[in-house]
Amino acid sequence: MDVLTAARLQMAFSLGFHIIFSCIGMTIPFFMAYAEWKWLKTDNTVYKDLTKAWAKGIAIFFAVGAVSGTMLSFELGLLWPEFMKHAGGIFGMPFSWEGTAFFIEAIALGVFLYGWDKVPKWTHWFSGVVVGVSGLASGVLVVAANSWMNSPSGFDFIDGEYVNIDPLAAMFNDAWFSQALHMSLAAFVATGFAVAGLHGFYLLKNKDNEFHKAAFKIALTFGAVAAILIPISGDHSAKDIAVRQPAKLAAMEAHYHTEKGAPLIIGGIPNSETKTVDYAIRIPYALSFLAHGDFNAEVIGLDQIPDDEEPPVIVVHFAFQIMVGIGSLLAFISLIYFFLSWRKKELIYHPLFLKVITLCIPLGYIALEAGWTVTEVGRQPWIIYKVMRTADAVTPMPGIQYSFYITLFVYSFLSVVLIWLMKRQISAIHKDYPILTNKEN
Amino acid sequence: MLEFIVLVLSIAFFFYTLLGGADFGAGIIELFTGNKSIRPIYKAIAPVWEVNHMWLILAIVIIFNGFPPIFAQMSVSLHIPLFIILMGIVLRGTAFTFRHYDTHVDGTHVYYHWIFRISSLLTAVFLGVTLGAMMYGRIDNDPNSTFYLQFIAPWFNYFCFSVGIFVALIFAYIASIFILGEAIEAKQVRFYGILAKRFSISMIIVGSVVLTLAYLYEVPFLSLALSAPISWAAFTGATILLPLIWRGINKNQLQLIRVFVALQIGLIMLGWAAAQIPILIHMKDGNHLTLYNSVAPDATLYYLTIALVVGSLSIFPSIYYLFRVVKFKSE
Ligand code: HDD
Ligand code: HEM
Ligand code: HEM
Repeated sequence: MDVLTAARLQMAFSLGFHIIFSCIGMTIPFFMAYAEWKWLKTDNTVYKDLTKAWAKGIAIFFAVGAVSGTMLSFELGLLWPEFMKHAGGIFGMPFSWEGTAFFIEAIALGVFLYGWDKVPKWTHWFSGVVVGVSGLASGVLVVAANSWMNSPSGFDFIDGEYVNIDPLAAMFNDAWFSQALHMSLAAFVATGFAVAGLHGFYLLKNKDNEFHKAAFKIALTFGAVAAILIPISGDHSAKDIAVRQPAKLAAMEAHYHTEKGAPLIIGGIPNSETKTVDYAIRIPYALSFLAHGDFNAEVIGLDQIPDDEEPPVIVVHFAFQIMVGIGSLLAFISLIYFFLSWRKKELIYHPLFLKVITLCIPLGYIALEAGWTVTEVGRQPWIIYKVMRTADAVTPMPGIQYSFYITLFVYSFLSVVLIWLMKRQISAIHKDYPILTNKEN
Repeated sequence: MLEFIVLVLSIAFFFYTLLGGADFGAGIIELFTGNKSIRPIYKAIAPVWEVNHMWLILAIVIIFNGFPPIFAQMSVSLHIPLFIILMGIVLRGTAFTFRHYDTHVDGTHVYYHWIFRISSLLTAVFLGVTLGAMMYGRIDNDPNSTFYLQFIAPWFNYFCFSVGIFVALIFAYIASIFILGEAIEAKQVRFYGILAKRFSISMIIVGSVVLTLAYLYEVPFLSLALSAPISWAAFTGATILLPLIWRGINKNQLQLIRVFVALQIGLIMLGWAAAQIPILIHMKDGNHLTLYNSVAPDATLYYLTIALVVGSLSIFPSIYYLFRVVKFKSE
């Protein structure tokens, strides 16, 4: 394995690991705050138990989020020193705000975890809200840094020098809003469905359990609202990309030939030799419409992209299909959920529906990783789009393979321990809280 | 603006040394004294440990935003020690949390104990090694030189490791004083009091080794320190505080010595900075990286300053609030 491949894999792996924990950190505080608010309003202790159980669960995730994030801040330099040397001063501003957001988040979390019975009830609730808001803010800020790599702005690149730097313009680049919105929704989709699925699983075993019922409903409602909105925001992202990063769009759609009235290609296997997509379903004119809002618009194909600027088509195309496939499925399930809550309330806890949601546990996270693959692999071979190549940014240090293997090993090991600890955590919660057992037994 | 940013950077390093140091030191103490230290350590550091590490993030972000060439240079030449530090941070952070939030204690905790303890020591030593390498002056950018000269020699030497051990001792010393302030039983006070004294004696011994090695290897830091009166004054002050702290330990003035130790660490860092600044990285070819030649453009500094001002205005009151909630009300 060469240094560039190893560095790309290590970066992808570390980010893919971190994003799972950051999504949990961004969303569960809102679930908790909502549950606590219900408790303060209704005095129903089920909600208090739920808040405590969730809080206990996420404390562990927070630590893993924090250390994997620390790792990332260094990896930006360890793997891409040439990039950071020039980009640090331009796109660093959101990171400096993120520092504040993390601080506030960690402090508020301290108050939330250690402040039960020590601070007034509503202050305690408020500290939970602060954890959520600052977590979401850090996500938005860090995505602003990433969107700058996709849509560099706030500087002029003249004779290899980066001049006229404007960090504000760099942060609020053209891709910022669409990416930040889509990412925040994705965090809610992924965590909402995963948490609901977990509680749904326990409801299948224990169908009258008030605790799991309450948890299921809260998590699924958050997840479902986001799942219905995310295709809309995804469409907005795609329209943006069609203008800004045509090579990425062409790779996503495996769109080899520039044409007017382009068809949308679903599934299939892109063949880069023959420049065709085998075994695919084609919907005439749909791509032109989705990308430009006009059935006859011209969509740039890979034939217009120089060979040495072409992203890996197969990876990007498959990843995109996975994201959109899962996105459509979850949106559909969410519509059913809202229909049931409106018309047939008792069916929400029907075993069939619970089973479906349980099967959804990993789906949001798979879509999330796939979406990032689209964004990041679709940008290749650029680290800063059209300005700096990934190959020119990589560290001169040989032997990055070994640091990749070590990272891979340590993170896999941590994941196994974490899963095991969570199982312990859940069975202990079932013992600790009497309310969790059925009324009958 | 530059002055303000450097000030915040120094504050971040100071708090990281003090609070993060107490955290690393706790692991080192556990390594040497075993399971009996676990409870007092939890009491002292558990509620604030995550905040402690925020100081490191803050410092890194200021460096890569405000002084990008320094970040890039360190990442290349000191890749290996930095990677070891990162693995240490990941392993000790997770091991500590896993055992702390685990639902019950059983045989599996032995693994967490040892991962936490060993990686605490390793991380502390390599933090010191990195610091040593910035002073050592063998960092080399010549792409034609060997792997050894580019990536190993700048940090793999007696001088850098002596700094590493010195830093680990400082951390253990801070931790023992920190735990002392939380200890209630007389037996505990005696135990950690003796520990603190032992660590301070070791610091003096290793500190002299560092200076001797600096002289032997002609580390530029030494002559810089000798010609800077502020360095002299600060190091002298730090030494004078030592007998006062010992007296405080004997007389049980546990809160007072905490203040003294914070002051002492501040003086040591000041003495270091007065000699080293504005140079941050000493290079082999004499083209040192300084605060001035590696600073980002004005526009970047301007927005960084705004972020730091707003940040400080919101962070300091909230930290105070957190400490009040977890530390004082629980008594
Ligand atoms: C739960 C996760 C999830 C779901 C269900 C979807 N997405 Fe997504 N998508 C993401 C999670 C995600 C992501 C991981 O969060 C990305 C990566 C970068 C970003 O900003 O969001 C992303 C990126 C991303 C991009 C590339 C943005 C860029 O490179 O700037 C496009 C065009 C879409 N998505 C489109 C869609 C569409 C049309 C969906 C409709 C069904 C959809 N996504 C569902
Ligand atoms: C957490 C969600 C993210 C995931 C899952 C992710 C995923 C990836 C993947 C798969 C790659 C490898 C692409 C390739 O080389 O083929 C990559 C590269 C990279 N990403 Fe991301 N990314 C995420 C967010 C970010 C953010 C927020 C930033 C920056 C601020 C960032 C910076 C980078 C850099 C510098 C590289 C290496 C250069 C390159 O390959 O272009 N990523 N990421
Ligand atoms: C290059 C990319 C990234 C870097 C350098 C980075 C850095 C960090 C750091 C240092 C932390 C620890 C702070 C803490 O303890 O709270 C952290 C946590 C966090 N990160 Fe990232 N991050 C990156 C990518 C992302 C992405 C893509 C997202 C989300 C969209 C994200 C969202 C978060 C959140 C919400 C937390 C706090 C959650 C928690 O503590 O569990 N980060 N990150």
